[in-house]
Amino acid sequence: MALLEVRNLRTYFHTRDGVVKAVDDVSFDVEAGQTVGIVGESGSGKSVTCYSLLNLIPQPPGCIESGLAKFGDIDLLSLSEAGMRKVRGSRIGLIFQDPMTSLNPYLKISTQLIEPLQIHEGASKSEALERAVAELDAVGIPDPHKRIHSYPHEFSGGMRQRVMIAMALITRPEILIADEPTTALDVTIQRQVLDLIKERQEDLGTAVIFITHDLAVVSEVCDYVNVMYAGRFVERANVKAIFNSPKHAYTRALQKSIPAMQSKGKRLYTIPGLPPNLSEDIVGCAFAPRCEVKEGDPCCIDTRPELVELEREHWVQDCPGCLSARI
Amino acid sequence: MSYLELQNLTKHFTKRGGLLGMNFTEVKAVDGVSLTLERGEILGLVGESGCGKSTLSRLIMQLLEPTSGSVVIEGERLVDLPHSEIRKRRRDFQMIFQDPYASLNPRMTVFSTLAEAILTRHPNLASDRHSLRKAVSDLMERVGLDSRFVRKYPHEFSGGQRQRIAIARALATEPKLVLADEPVSALDVSIQSQILNLLKDLRDELDLTMIFISHDLSVVRYIADRIAVMESGKIAEVQEAEDLFKDPQSQITKTLLSAIPQIR
Repeated sequence: MALLEVRNLRTYFHTRDGVVKAVDDVSFDVEAGQTVGIVGESGSGKSVTCYSLLNLIPQPPGCIESGLAKFGDIDLLSLSEAGMRKVRGSRIGLIFQDPMTSLNPYLKISTQLIEPLQIHEGASKSEALERAVAELDAVGIPDPHKRIHSYPHEFSGGMRQRVMIAMALITRPEILIADEPTTALDVTIQRQVLDLIKERQEDLGTAVIFITHDLAVVSEVCDYVNVMYAGRFVERANVKAIFNSPKHAYTRALQKSIPAMQSKGKRLYTIPGLPPNLSEDIVGCAFAPRCEVKEGDPCCIDTRPELVELEREHWVQDCPGCLSARI
Repeated sequence: MSYLELQNLTKHFTKRGGLLGMNFTEVKAVDGVSLTLERGEILGLVGESGCGKSTLSRLIMQLLEPTSGSVVIEGERLVDLPHSEIRKRRRDFQMIFQDPYASLNPRMTVFSTLAEAILTRHPNLASDRHSLRKAVSDLMERVGLDSRFVRKYPHEFSGGQRQRIAIARALATEPKLVLADEPVSALDVSIQSQILNLLKDLRDELDLTMIFISHDLSVVRYIADRIAVMESGKIAEVQEAEDLFKDPQSQITKTLLSAIPQIR
């Protein structure tokens, strides 16, 4: 049995402009120790999917309409806030894109780092501090005995992200959700942070849900990839299959639009049009308006295409137009 | 004659420290940079954070005064000019910033943002609303925005569209030199390509000289003619874009190249 089983998750936002179906029927599994990627453009629902699992969606306007998230023998979606507090930060850790906004600038790193141990494990202050120093050492902060008493602004961006990782992993969670952890960092620091996450994951056996829009990063860190578009998964497979034999038009278009993949001098390939407005009802294939199909339009018109297992372990939205489109 | 020349440009910041601030330490943010740019050339400027890229760009834009050295545009040393004269020249060099959310005034419509910039070049249009409106909509079309959106505010646009507005604003003063500081870093991959295509088209159509700052070598490789790599305030290496990838000379370039995530 998988460590985490998400089934038919639907998260809608009820706004003045109508109902925004940010996450619309999403199912996926996370096995212990695995790295599962969720890729997509901004606004495709990647973050909302993960925040729904941890009850971090502001309600209202957000509302988890349906779904099940089995984590061991508990359902994350039906947990009370008190019950969720026991899981969040202890069994499921979280790192965000921007470490400066997620660390409290008024508190020393030490205070913030020992908090989860004191709350979740009832550790004494001196014991917690000792473990915090060890954890800082493990994420490669030099001179952790001294540095633990610094404030967040005394660290560089990359170091701050290391502190975040230490904080998220200090309680030895079973799952770590990493929401664009390297997007704000430059390439060399990004490399270090990616290597660090991988290294800690191997040491601790943590499963990682990796949210990003950067396909190159996905190809390096993930075992399994979910491609998200307009609130749904359009394709899901292991990382090799996603990059070697992508099936859905959106996955192929996304890969083709990476600047590094194109030769100099030629015009860069771009996906025409914009992602659909999620507050309007989407009938048929959500990618149809941007899909470059030649004659006619074989994209689904009446019903939204279902995910089907086209090859073993390779799931794709069954839309004839998107599968046959030449990108 | 080259269009832009940086001659041994240096900027030192002094940092006070110690008891009563008696200790001075000097930070050499930009340390003897010499570069030349031909008209219509795109120069990529890469380096890790903290290497001095942004300080260098501020020096070129005349937003900071250099400690020593000079910026020469079309044979004219800008340090010799009085401030009032530099203010007039500022129309000729414009900047595009990383974050279009932060660099556009949220209380100004697209029209007022662009009109304000156009008026600095053509003050006589102020009394001629019709031509001004025409100039604004021409500009919007040039960067691929629908001119129907002229009365909208920045928050009503997507990230990619906002970056187009920022580009339009930079072009409104009809600059000769555009300095783009990480213009696509905050955007999605699919939008990145659109903006890169746009910048390249604009260079070809308007004969712009461009400095493109980024930490992402793969993006710079595509757009730049030559690439300069910076490390701790100095230029470590300048090469033709493709040569830099094939045959990197300096250690920092090799480090940067090996850090790029690769699709396997």
